[in-house]
Amino acid sequence: MERVLFIIFAAAAVGSALNLIAQRNPMYSALSLIGTLASLSALYVTLHAQFVAAMQIIVYAGAIMVLFVFVIMLLNLQEDQPRIEKQQWLRYLAVPFAAALMAEALYVFRNVKDIRLPAGSDSDRAVGATWSIGTSLFTDYLLPFEVTSVLILMAIVGAIVLARREDG
Amino acid sequence: MVPLSWYLALSAALFTIGAVGVIVKRNAIAIFLCIELMLNGANLALVALSGFFGDVGGQLFVFIVMTVAAAEAAVGLAIIISIFRTRESLNVDDADTMKL
Repeated sequence: MERVLFIIFAAAAVGSALNLIAQRNPMYSALSLIGTLASLSALYVTLHAQFVAAMQIIVYAGAIMVLFVFVIMLLNLQEDQPRIEKQQWLRYLAVPFAAALMAEALYVFRNVKDIRLPAGSDSDRAVGATWSIGTSLFTDYLLPFEVTSVLILMAIVGAIVLARREDG
Repeated sequence: MVPLSWYLALSAALFTIGAVGVIVKRNAIAIFLCIELMLNGANLALVALSGFFGDVGGQLFVFIVMTVAAAEAAVGLAIIISIFRTRESLNVDDADTMKL
């Protein structure tokens, strides 16, 4: 059963990711990425990471992708057209390099032993539950959490400074 | 029971597709979307390892990665808007002022 679910959602994720690359219109690319994000969220649930799955939908598909779609519509983009034709052959080099990168990643993961997911129902499983993530986040990982707030403050200031009109 | 290696292989596939997109795409926003795809591939590996080893640290790291992705999207889209204002184009081949 779990294998069937994995295969369905993995196929959906990879298919949407390939569609992201194949589409020339950025709007369709953004919609394909939302499909990949939703499939990954389902896979997180099969890994018993309910909190991360919810965050994936709320933060990624909800907030970040809305920002992307908003900018795409604001700029009213036309089709993505390759302008420099003389470097066209360079694009076909991407395929062997992609194969090499994939082989490298799989070679690194080759040494990972296939261990079993710890047994037990979701209610008595600590990892992945909201309370366990909250407890770790505000005790052991308090410093990274606080540094994150500084990062977001810098991003807010940076976005305002960069997107502001010069004469404004 | 789904083996851990399946999740890691899917993570590697998503990361590779994202890397290919960054190289092949010429539209700045499409390149950004591919970077998000690469981040998600890494996130899947983190969540899978966290679940299988029973350590909550991996999921906290995913939380941090999502925050970084949000900050990166905000700043990156601001840069894209400011490039579009000056060049009326989002093709990365047009933004070649610093190219030798």
